[in-house]
Amino acid sequence: MSNYAIETVGLNFNFGNQAIVKDLSLKVPKGSIYGFLGPNGAGKTTTIKILLNLLKSPADQVFIFGKEINSNRIATLKRIGALVEQPAIYGHLSGKENLINRCILLGIKKTKADEMLALVGLTDAANKKASKYSLGMKQRLGIALALVSDPELLLLDEPTNGLDPNGIIEVRNLMIELATKHHKTILVSSHLLAEIERTATHVGIINKGQLMFQGTIDELQLLSKPMVEIEVDEIEKAIDFLKAAGYEIASKTDLKITVPFSSSVDSGKLNTLLIQNGFTISSLSKQRKDLENLFLDITKNN
Amino acid sequence: MRSIYISFISEFYKSRKTLAFWAAILIPVAICSLVSFGFYSGADKVLLLKAPGMMLWAKYAGATLNVMGILVMPFYVMFMAFSVNNIEHKNDTWKTLFAQPLNKFSIYTAKYLFAVTLIFICLFLFATLTYGFGHLLQVLVPKYTFNQYNPANFLINSYSKLFLSSLGILSLQFIFSLIWGDFLKPIGIGFVGTIMGIVAGMVNWTYAYLIPYSLPALALQLTQVKKGKDPLDFEIFTREIWVSLAYAAVLFIAGYFIVTKKSIK
Repeated sequence: MSNYAIETVGLNFNFGNQAIVKDLSLKVPKGSIYGFLGPNGAGKTTTIKILLNLLKSPADQVFIFGKEINSNRIATLKRIGALVEQPAIYGHLSGKENLINRCILLGIKKTKADEMLALVGLTDAANKKASKYSLGMKQRLGIALALVSDPELLLLDEPTNGLDPNGIIEVRNLMIELATKHHKTILVSSHLLAEIERTATHVGIINKGQLMFQGTIDELQLLSKPMVEIEVDEIEKAIDFLKAAGYEIASKTDLKITVPFSSSVDSGKLNTLLIQNGFTISSLSKQRKDLENLFLDITKNN
Repeated sequence: MRSIYISFISEFYKSRKTLAFWAAILIPVAICSLVSFGFYSGADKVLLLKAPGMMLWAKYAGATLNVMGILVMPFYVMFMAFSVNNIEHKNDTWKTLFAQPLNKFSIYTAKYLFAVTLIFICLFLFATLTYGFGHLLQVLVPKYTFNQYNPANFLINSYSKLFLSSLGILSLQFIFSLIWGDFLKPIGIGFVGTIMGIVAGMVNWTYAYLIPYSLPALALQLTQVKKGKDPLDFEIFTREIWVSLAYAAVLFIAGYFIVTKKSIK
């Protein structure tokens, strides 16, 4: 039995001559919140559509809960709930009717509709026409529609798009609750790293159809090694001194020297050493390349 | 079968508040009421004809049938085919629909059957209302001779023919509406097709029966031409009907392949 909710093996997908997804090997562990990151047009939505079998993948490249998707389409789709791009909602029906219609299609009890409306905070707007909903309400209804079948795997394509800060926090908390309390696996795509950083346990970074990074959020953070930045007088002399003392100089400017960070104790020792040898230190601080920059680096280097 | 049933119920649920659904009920009510009102208010003129029961029924039911067969029916069918698919185009819901754990063929078949059902309901109402209002006229205008002839067979046969002869148009328009999300293309093509059909039918072109759009008019034309013991008792399954059914079957299957190939971009 596979430990992955989603596994793609060297997935390739073209629209005509244009390669949209190239040799993509996603591994989404069960129970994780997998942040699927990439700039606009990187191939995120296409990948999600492939995972829903809306776009047909080559055989033996996409596995959902260990089963090949093309030969197990219906059984697989029963375990997935999805929100792709803008939520697909019938504008002439109310929010509740949209949910009831989905209940009919899925063959589940219509009472589920009220439960879902309460879950996403739309009970008061249940009987309002969905076309009159605000963007945020539509997004929440879209999430409710994805959740109504109580799926094990949720695919959410940019679920916080168009939401105000409160809405973003609500969706974020909902995702965390679903993963921790209800043990659901969530693949959430976004072009904003800050968004993913707050919720995801695992991250995959895609650019121009290729996977640039895949791992846990901690592994991603490890990629950005922390540094110690020292603002010191007589900078050239200080560099020579530190080199003689066995320190590695990562970079220097006219005002500052940067050395790799190992521990707070070591940073203290370094400070003492410089002062004891007559240098004047005006500042010493630990620096971390923030993930935003790292993300830009990863996606630019391609 | 279950997934066809589920999808069919969902189609009904989605459409029940749309004009397309209500048109199936309102069109027959409106047209039959108008014609009946004409026969009521203009009873004096009609009575001058001194038509026997059969002729009176033919005149009364024919008034509705001719309007239906030539003009309303093709457009109504086009509109149905358009509405059933447009509900998904308009709301951008094809992707969600095909991401449900349901067989794609069932979803497609249910949509097609729903359109067929609406057309059936519409024509069924036409037949029953014609029958009912005819007898109502008899009560209101006792000098009428509606009670001298039982038009049940005639109405069932004519409307069955109209129904079956429109299935060809339905399948063709269904495909157009699947491919194009806008109103103008399918309706535009349908409009041109209908005009062609009417012209081909009027000039009695030998191969008019090969144009799906002329089939409803042709199917009804024959009822007027054919002579027998009872001119209103004619057979249903004539050449036009078989052609229509053949078109319907072939295009229905072709439509399914279009649906499966339809990329959800």
